[in-house]
Amino acid sequence: MYLYPKWIRVWHLINAAMFLILIVTGISMQYTGKEHTTYVVGFAKAVKWHNFAAIVLVINYIFFVAGNLLTNNGKYYRIGRKDFLLNLKKQFKYYSKGMFNGEKHPFPVTEERKFNPLQKITYVLALYIAFPLLIISGIGLLLPEITITTFFGISGLILTDILHITMGFFLSIFMIIHVYTCTLGHKPTSLFRGIITGYHVSEEE
Amino acid sequence: MIRIIVLSELIIIISLSNVSGSGFKSENPDVQDSAKFVSRFEADNERCFKCHGQDKYEYTNETLGKQIKDIMCSERIVRKNDFYSSNHRSFSCTDCHSDQYVKFPHSGELRMEQKFNCIDCHGGDEKFAKYHFEEIEAEYQKSTHFKMKDDGFTCWKCHNPHTYKISVRNNTNLKETIAYDNAICLNCHSNFSNFQLLSNKAEIDIIRKHDWLPNQALHFANVRCIECHTKINNNIPVAHQIRPKEEAVRICNECHSKNSILMASLYKFESKEQRRDGFFNGIILNASYVIGANRNEYLNLLSLIIFVIVILVITVHIVFRIKNKRKNR
Repeated sequence: MYLYPKWIRVWHLINAAMFLILIVTGISMQYTGKEHTTYVVGFAKAVKWHNFAAIVLVINYIFFVAGNLLTNNGKYYRIGRKDFLLNLKKQFKYYSKGMFNGEKHPFPVTEERKFNPLQKITYVLALYIAFPLLIISGIGLLLPEITITTFFGISGLILTDILHITMGFFLSIFMIIHVYTCTLGHKPTSLFRGIITGYHVSEEE
Repeated sequence: MIRIIVLSELIIIISLSNVSGSGFKSENPDVQDSAKFVSRFEADNERCFKCHGQDKYEYTNETLGKQIKDIMCSERIVRKNDFYSSNHRSFSCTDCHSDQYVKFPHSGELRMEQKFNCIDCHGGDEKFAKYHFEEIEAEYQKSTHFKMKDDGFTCWKCHNPHTYKISVRNNTNLKETIAYDNAICLNCHSNFSNFQLLSNKAEIDIIRKHDWLPNQALHFANVRCIECHTKINNNIPVAHQIRPKEEAVRICNECHSKNSILMASLYKFESKEQRRDGFFNGIILNASYVIGANRNEYLNLLSLIIFVIVILVITVHIVFRIKNKRKNR
């Protein structure tokens, strides 16, 4: 079934590429040392590439939010209150136990339901909470002259940086889990193929 | 836009803290007290300040029998407040200048008097031994400034003996210290009138020269020029070996790292406090934040634990999947 339109695939590809650059360059800046002047990519190069990838990522994010508002793709991210926790539990149980006992997927992918409850909550947390916080704190670090100098006696820059690296870290962890869960499709490669071709292959097909 | 911000930052630095020190308002109690300082030579010094303490002076021309008002040459003005808040405030003018100056008009020959350098008074004195003035002098002699000795470069170019006050050791407001110290460099390096007295080089555009530096304005406001332009010597309070521009620090990691050089320079006098709330180089956090130098060891550990747990869970999941696949075969 055709599930991922071209604009989603382009957004996803750019997002993935920029995020990889941001992780590598972010680690290079954070864990740089005098003894390892070229820790991964080196500080000076890391700053340039981090800034570049961040700007592209922000433009891409605006594109994504606009796309979700203007097309019906946004509906896939809407979380219904009814049985939400129960469904979340069901999905979690499936990943931790059910799938090893040959149980059927509790929330198979359809044109109406692209994401299972666990995917939904993590995507919403990542894309609508962590991402905006990452972007806002990133702008604060890119343009430190606009960052508040102190907040309750603590340097505004420290707080901005801690928020930035914390969100960056959680999104990096999200990315690892996201890549792994993408191997849980019909075949380990079928979900990767889906985001490239646009067609989702489910167990039933 | 960025150029305008940096330029205005520079203007603020210079206006906040001109080298003569008149614009510098320190929060340091010692320096504040010095404003109330009463010199035992006050009456003697007043004879000089009467004319040299302001832009205008008056004298009686006995030949003409007239009272004359005239403009004091700006180079010969020493503001009283600046002097009495400087390091040399307890001195009498004639401690350093000839006592022949008490006569007016001053003899023309007096202008040729030998001026002291720092080492002339501070060298070989037990009282100042802990500051290692001899080593400071040796470092200065290795510096790129010393090459201009014959063109008239002396300690005075940076340390005006009438107004200079130690800032980094005493001031509790590091931003003020940075502005004060940077204004010393900018007094020549961004003021062509002064620069051309010592060099035939074309005017330097400090901002353009530092185009390569990310967040230029932030760097200029938070570190001193000497952080990158001197060679650190741990035996002396402040590095005096100004390196040629080719040898200036350009590797970000020198500061942006766990072993930041800032701990041996700008934060030298506070560096005993190595960590605060788990932050490496925690003392920097009192005044600034340096990416790479101020990472938090608790957050480092926490992130490592979370990362390991995630990898473990994924590994266990993969093992179960493989086992399950074999079982189903």
